[in-house]
Amino acid sequence: MQTLLFLILFPILVACLLLFVKRTALRYAVVALSALVIGGASIYLLIRYAFEGAVYFAAPSGAVDLAMVVIEMGLALFIVYMGAKFRNYLAILLAVVQAALVVYLEATFPENLHAVSNLFIDQFSIIMALIIGIIGSLIAVYAVGYMETYHRHHPEVRDRQKMFFFVIFVFLAAMFGLVFSNNLMWLFFFWEITTISSFLLIGYSETGEATKNAFRALVMNLLGGIAFVAALVFLAIAAPTSGGIDLARVLASPDSAAVLIPAVLIGFAGITKAALMPFSSWLLGAMVAPTPVSALLHSSTMVKAGVYILVRFSPVYAGTFAGYSLGLVGGVTFLAASAIAISQSDAKSVLAYSTIANLGLIAACAGVGTYMLVWAAILLIVFHAVAKALLFLGTGAIEHRTGSRNIEDMEGLIVRMPKMAVMMFVGIAGMFLAPFGMLISKWAAIEAFVRVQAPFGLIFIAILAYGSAVTVFFWAKWMGKLVTVTRNTERVEKGFFQESWAPLYIITGLVIAAVFLFPVISSTLVEPYVLAVYGVTTGLAQANIAIMLLMMALLLILPVSFHLFRRSAKHLPAYMGGRPATPDLHFAGSLGLSREAQTRNYYLTEYFGEARLFRPGAAICIALILASWVLAGAAL
Amino acid sequence: MNGIISAVLFLIFAPIAGGLIAGIDRKITARMQGRVGPPLLQPFYDVGKLFEKENVVVTIAQNFYVLAYLVFIAVSGALFFAGGDLLLVVFAFTLAHVFLVLGAYAVHSPYSHIGAERELIQLMAYEPMIILAAVGLYMVTNSFNVADIAAATVPAILYLPGVFIGFAVILTIKLRKSPFDISTSHHAHQEIVKGITTEFSGSTLGAVEIAHWYENVFLLGFIYLFFAWNPVIGIIAVAVTYGAEVFIDNVTARARWQAALKSGWAAGVLGIVNLAFLSYVMTGGVW
Repeated sequence: MQTLLFLILFPILVACLLLFVKRTALRYAVVALSALVIGGASIYLLIRYAFEGAVYFAAPSGAVDLAMVVIEMGLALFIVYMGAKFRNYLAILLAVVQAALVVYLEATFPENLHAVSNLFIDQFSIIMALIIGIIGSLIAVYAVGYMETYHRHHPEVRDRQKMFFFVIFVFLAAMFGLVFSNNLMWLFFFWEITTISSFLLIGYSETGEATKNAFRALVMNLLGGIAFVAALVFLAIAAPTSGGIDLARVLASPDSAAVLIPAVLIGFAGITKAALMPFSSWLLGAMVAPTPVSALLHSSTMVKAGVYILVRFSPVYAGTFAGYSLGLVGGVTFLAASAIAISQSDAKSVLAYSTIANLGLIAACAGVGTYMLVWAAILLIVFHAVAKALLFLGTGAIEHRTGSRNIEDMEGLIVRMPKMAVMMFVGIAGMFLAPFGMLISKWAAIEAFVRVQAPFGLIFIAILAYGSAVTVFFWAKWMGKLVTVTRNTERVEKGFFQESWAPLYIITGLVIAAVFLFPVISSTLVEPYVLAVYGVTTGLAQANIAIMLLMMALLLILPVSFHLFRRSAKHLPAYMGGRPATPDLHFAGSLGLSREAQTRNYYLTEYFGEARLFRPGAAICIALILASWVLAGAAL
Repeated sequence: MNGIISAVLFLIFAPIAGGLIAGIDRKITARMQGRVGPPLLQPFYDVGKLFEKENVVVTIAQNFYVLAYLVFIAVSGALFFAGGDLLLVVFAFTLAHVFLVLGAYAVHSPYSHIGAERELIQLMAYEPMIILAAVGLYMVTNSFNVADIAAATVPAILYLPGVFIGFAVILTIKLRKSPFDISTSHHAHQEIVKGITTEFSGSTLGAVEIAHWYENVFLLGFIYLFFAWNPVIGIIAVAVTYGAEVFIDNVTARARWQAALKSGWAAGVLGIVNLAFLSYVMTGGVW
């Protein structure tokens, strides 16, 4: 239990320390050292508890419960203050409603708000802790150098780095707390901390747009928060049969109908936090924040909290119509967000839509909730976290170096920033190509959905078939821009040491290592978890794993062939309709003028534009969310 | 063990079979157009000549991507004939095509670029149907393994007529035949020159051609799975299907990419309707 408490409390300690650190070098030392400690502690957690199954800890109660309520009230007051300051009355209203519900809960059911064990750890929590502890802290390390450059590029932004790093580490602490809590009141407390943290981080630059988007994120997540408290009220009312606020007892409750309504409400909270449609706009708006924040929100924290809770509750959803509705919210989001990503040329926007899509897929697996799908969902969480962190950090580095994060401007990156281009290449491959992780998980999802009861299984299969097709399109055209060999362009990678390269190298290594480690991750963590929850488990066939590994080895060997081609090949400029041309795409135009040809990717806006797809997608998702409530109520 | 032997046999003999099929294809096409046509072995002469040509590149990198394309096409075909997981075969197949597209991007040429974009549109057009076809075969035979599907005793085609027709539509895309030969074609000079292969020449272009032979044999093998319960009917069906593709190639003109995308996705819808009906029947009419 000490390790769990350490992982929650140590980042808070570091956060407080960072409030007093002004010099960058010192800050770097503190952050790097704590990253090492946190990463090390999460690995220790793995070694210590990986083979023990679920372990529950009583942990101190009473005073802690009280402190949490006090802090929640403090946060509500803070939101009211900020809402008043920026005239956002909706945020005030939601914060007041939520605080009132918490007070009502505490005042009316004091005897039902105790859990036998407040903390716990099982294989799923270990996986989450590893993601938070390793990826999350690597992003923090990267952020130190990034923020220094950021302020040099944006002199107009007030330097609030002390606050920035304070919030980052509080965020990590809250995430640890969230995945270790068995007491749902505690879980809700940490849930709210992540909401406030992301609010502060998104609004960091204090521009009008940043403030607006920060409030949008806040309002949407407060909506989810209200649903969460409402779920707690339901659970407290039915405490004898529902298991009260004890997560383990709720999940094991024999009265599945009574538990379904709270589970669906908590699922709604998960949908808001995971930015599924119609709430996807807050995650897109969060792009205005400095890039490490996006990396953090998209990969290891925040949205992962949303899908974490959905996957936790998936045994409750399994086989219910309400669960299918929630799953379809994810499925529709997956399809629509993947399609919209085609029409985006801003790299961060493509990444954001891809995150939303993949969270949708995870939610689809969790909502349907068969054991095979839960297995696939957890693997999706792992692989997505690693690859997406790399892509965001890489995009941030490219933007600082070239002044643009537009994908069209990344043309010829392989010439201008070869190392960065290779890392981005690996990251993108990690998102959609065999034999990388995301594809393995999608494959597993297809094999799982075909076994789901008709007609739901078929609907999800159709969604996956079309969704993966559009996914290939938008990633491959980005990859193509990276590998274009342009001429007469300057190499700008040198001297690029303001940002720390180490996190990028490590995460790139992790994307590749994840493929080789995948059988181990699956057999030691994911499969035992699935077995513990469902009594049956699943995994990829040995033969298929061997083939995947062979393919990966082949991919790593193939670049060696570059040396075979070094022979005296004759170089010619590209064909330009027969006109005399130079290698940098200039050709002899009429009247003796030299003209330049340019190549641009297809964005197919008239088919896949945001304007065309967002509204229908959001409308369907709203209908499905409402349906999930009605169906959960009808099951009672 | 049988699987490994089949894979090796595929790797050795598929280019020969593929080249012969290409030769027959050209012969039939010529006859349909009232010409005599080239000798049966002409494709081999053509490719042999390509390998004797001077090594000319726009950038060295293009050779790497084309090699990777050839390797992974061969791998996915070998995996298919070894009786492996059909979905894994499909994904390896996609990986191979992404490499071809990257090769066309790498050369930074206007015609290649348009070809690459169109190749990606094609990929997006046929991918749903190919996954649905795999799922359809699973629903009939209860396995994703090619070996099990090929050994099944149920006539899959009777359960999956819609899926088969849908697959035939995307087969036109995959065989690079009219009306969907939008990213490159075997005809001399089209509106985007040679599209995705514009900048590939000599042995590199030869490698693309051999990869295409491998690919065609794999695709015909996929067609065979629908008829696998009876090998004789199966082989006849494959021949008839290919003949029909040649016929369509000769009587249609090249369509726009929008038409290719819409046709591919409409084929997928046909497949879904078929599968929905099938699952309705298989669950005894109770949903």
